Amino acid sequence: MSAEETSTTGFMGWIDKRFPATKVWNEHLAQYYAPKNFNFWYFFGSLAILVLVIQILTGLWLAMNYKPSAADAFASVEYIMRDVNWGWLIRYLHSTGASAFFIVIYLHMFRALLYGSYRKPRELLWIIGVVIYLAMMATAFFGYLLPWGQMSYWGAQVIVNLFAAVPGIGEDLSVWVRGDYVISDVTLNRFFAFHFLLPFVLAALVFVHIVALHKVGSNNPDGIEIKYGPKGNRWDADAPADGIPFHPYYTVKDIVGVVVFMAIFLGIVFFAPALGGLFLEAPNFQPANPLQTPAHIAPVWYFTPFYAMLRAVPPMFGSQFPGVVVMFAAILVLFFLPWLDRSPVKSVRYKGPIFKAALGIFAVTFVVLAYLGLQPASPTATLLAQIFTALYFAFFLLMPFYSKMDSVKPVPERVTA
Amino acid sequence: MNKLIAALVLSVAPALGLAAGGHVALEKANIDLTDQASLQSGAKYFINYCMGCHSLKYMRYNRMAEDLGIDETNLRQNLIFGDAKPGDLMTNAMRPEDGEKWFGVAIPDLTLVTRWRSPDWVYSYLKGFYTDPTRPYGVNNLVFPAVGMPHVLAGMQGVQEPVFAEHHEGGGAPVVTGVKLTQPGSLSPDQYDAMVRDITAFLTYAGEPIQLERRRIGIYVLLFLGLLFILAYALKKEFWKDVH
Repeated sequence: MSAEETSTTGFMGWIDKRFPATKVWNEHLAQYYAPKNFNFWYFFGSLAILVLVIQILTGLWLAMNYKPSAADAFASVEYIMRDVNWGWLIRYLHSTGASAFFIVIYLHMFRALLYGSYRKPRELLWIIGVVIYLAMMATAFFGYLLPWGQMSYWGAQVIVNLFAAVPGIGEDLSVWVRGDYVISDVTLNRFFAFHFLLPFVLAALVFVHIVALHKVGSNNPDGIEIKYGPKGNRWDADAPADGIPFHPYYTVKDIVGVVVFMAIFLGIVFFAPALGGLFLEAPNFQPANPLQTPAHIAPVWYFTPFYAMLRAVPPMFGSQFPGVVVMFAAILVLFFLPWLDRSPVKSVRYKGPIFKAALGIFAVTFVVLAYLGLQPASPTATLLAQIFTALYFAFFLLMPFYSKMDSVKPVPERVTA
Repeated sequence: MNKLIAALVLSVAPALGLAAGGHVALEKANIDLTDQASLQSGAKYFINYCMGCHSLKYMRYNRMAEDLGIDETNLRQNLIFGDAKPGDLMTNAMRPEDGEKWFGVAIPDLTLVTRWRSPDWVYSYLKGFYTDPTRPYGVNNLVFPAVGMPHVLAGMQGVQEPVFAEHHEGGGAPVVTGVKLTQPGSLSPDQYDAMVRDITAFLTYAGEPIQLERRRIGIYVLLFLGLLFILAYALKKEFWKDVH
C-alpha cells in the first residue's frame, strides 16, 4: 500500500493523471503516520495555522477599508469600527489574532523545548521555525504602526531608532528604513506594503516547515523515533507500529482543540477585546501626535521580553548599540539550540533535575522579562531585567555543560500512553 | 525547583509595587450603558455644554439617535444645531488653531476619550475642578493638573476650593489632596453627580457604540461553541476508540 494507490476512473482519476492530488493527500494526511501519544502540547501547530488563516482573511477585509496615509489612517480604523458592516468584528478578530498568534507560537516553541523537538534529525525543522518566528515579529511590527495611534507612532519611532545605534552607518540606515527623518506618511505607506506582503511569505515558510516535518516525521512526548521502532500497524505493514494516520485521528482531535481555542479567543474578542490594555493599548485610541511624546512607551506584550533586555544593557561609549546587539542575540541564539543540547535523551520526561530546573527557570524568566518590559524604567526594574537577561542567556549558553552532566532516565523502546 | 520559582517570584514582588501611581485616586463612575434615559440626557448635556469646543468626529448623529432611542424629529429639533444632516459626523465649527490660541492646546476630540483615559477618569475630571488663581481661567483640576479648560459646568456644580495636604516637603508646592464645595451651584451635589455620570455614560457609549451588541452576540457565539465542543469531543472519542 503506498502513494501509488490513486483513482484511475472518474473525476479524481482525471485529476490524478494530471496532478498528484490523491498522492499528496495520502502522503501528508491519510497515510502520514504520526505518533499516537501526542498530548496537550501538540495542539498548537494546527492552531498556529488557524490563526494565520484568520489573520490573512481578516487582514484582507480590513485592507478593503483601511487608508494607509498619516492623514486618514486613524479615522479609517474608526470608520471600520463604526460604519463598515461587521467591521468592528473583523478588526477585533485581527487585533486579538495578533496576540493569539504569539501566545500559540510561544506555546508551540515551548513544546519543542519540553520534548527536544529541535534535536537531530529536526534541526532544520527548528531553524525554519525560528525563521517563521522572525517573519511573524516583522509582520507584527509593521502592522502595529497602521492604526496610527500614539503608541503605534512612538513605538515605531523607538524601534526604528535602534537602527540609528549601529556604529557608523546608523543614522543613514534609520533614515533609509523610515524613508524620512521621523516616522511619517512615507513610513506608514511602506509599512503597510510590507505588512500586506509578509503574511504570504509566512504562509510559504509554513509550507516549507510542514514539508520538513513530514520528511523527518513528528517527534512525540517520549522523544522516541517511531520510524526506527517496530513496524506494522492496522493500516500498513511497513508503517511504524506506534503511528496512526494523521487523518482522521489527529484531524478529529485537532477539531476539539480548535473549538476550545475559539471559545477562549472569541471570548476575548466579544467580551474584552482590549484585554485591559494588553491587546489594545489605551494610548492607541489617541491619534499619533509627532509633537507629544507619551510619558511611557512600551511595545506590545509579545515584544516586551526583548525590550526589557534592550533596556537592561547600559549604554557603552555613549551608544545604545550593545543593548541592540543583546536584543537581537536573544533571538539569534535560538538558531543554535539544536547543537547546544548535549543530553543523550530528547524528552524532558527522561532528562534529569538540572535540565528540568533550567527549563522551569527559563519559562519564569521569559514571563518576568515580558512583565518588566511593560513597566516604566526604574533602578529596581533595570536591575531585575539585568539579572533575568543573564538567566535567559545562561539557559542557552550553559546548556552544553548542564545538559551533558545531568542524569538521565532510561528511554523506553515504545511510546508510552 | 518549586522553592526556586517561589524565590524568583518573591524577587520580582518589589517591582510590582512600583506600578502603583502616586496621584489622586479616581472616583468610580458607576455608569449603566443599558440605561437609555441616562445615555439620552448625557447626549443632551454633551451637545449643549461640551460640543461647542469638543467634537465627536467619528460618531454620526443618526447612529447615536438609533442606538439611544431618539426619534428623528427630536434629533433634528433638539440635538442638531446649524445645518448638519442626521447622517453627518458630529463635528463642530471650532478651528484647531483657534483652540490653541484661546486655551493653549488643540482641543481634543472626545469620541474615544473613555478608551484612552477611562470612564472613571472622565467622571473624576468633571467633578475635580477647584479654584486656582494661578491658572488663566481661575481653575485647576484634581486629575488633570494645569488643565487649560475653564470649568464650563461651574454654574451647576458651584465653586470648589482645594484641600491641601497637612504636611508637605519644604520648598515644594502644597499638595492638593481633595476639594470642598464652598459655594453651591444650581444643582445639589447629588444632582451634579448624576449629570456628570450621564455625560460619562454617553461618552463611554460613543467610544464604542457596538459594545452592548458585541456582548449580546458573544453569548450566542459561546453557546454555539459549547454545543460544537460536545459534538467534536464525541466525534474524537468515537474515532479514537480503537487506538491503544
